[in-house]
Amino acid sequence: MKIVYFSWVRERVGRPGEEVELPEGVATVQDLIGWLSARGEGYADAFANRGVVRAALDRRHVPPDSPLAGAREVAFFPPMTGG
Amino acid sequence: MTPVLSVQREDFDVAAELDALAVSAGDVGAVASFVGLCRSEGGRLAGLELEHYPGMAEAEIERVVAEAASRFDLLGATVIHRFGLLQPGERIVLVATAAGHRGAALEATTFIMDFLKTRAPFWKREHLQGGGLGPWVEASTTDALAERRWE
Repeated sequence: MKIVYFSWVRERVGRPGEEVELPEGVATVQDLIGWLSARGEGYADAFANRGVVRAALDRRHVPPDSPLAGAREVAFFPPMTGG
Repeated sequence: MTPVLSVQREDFDVAAELDALAVSAGDVGAVASFVGLCRSEGGRLAGLELEHYPGMAEAEIERVVAEAASRFDLLGATVIHRFGLLQPGERIVLVATAAGHRGAALEATTFIMDFLKTRAPFWKREHLQGGGLGPWVEASTTDALAERRWE
């Protein structure tokens, strides 16, 4: 699965994106955040405040309990500040 | 109605875009618009850098405009959002709508702007006067509340 990061989530993680092989038991966006957070300090820092970071699956906003099955690209980013 | 939607680095010509909306259909009686500009915040900022999620930014703008078209009687809509480093005074975004009467055009323009703020994947970062990077701009609760009033 492809993961992409934006804004300060990208900076804290330290890369714009990556390909990952999802381990057993990682079924939802929330599971993925938990798994990523355990991968290192940058990831832990990026997802430290669980309520803040937003997610999109295949370029649509989704809530944290959304299943990952069938999605090709997941994105993590802070609340948007465009306009 | 086929909206004109663009996510681009380049500036845009407001008058030309409004003229295009006005002539797009003979029944247009009102064109309303909003132009968002980069502020200096009292001289503190050298500019704002806008990062976006290519692909999703366009898709999300399209979804917001489609929702506006289903709520209001629109004859046309144009949304242009820029990315990259912008200096104070530069245009960031144009939202314009055309309708038979002013009510639909004015309301639809506000609706699109309110939802773009909270749903379109763009993030602003401050560049400080005198050099150096400032913080990422924080999302405002006013924007979240502005979206909720349409529920």
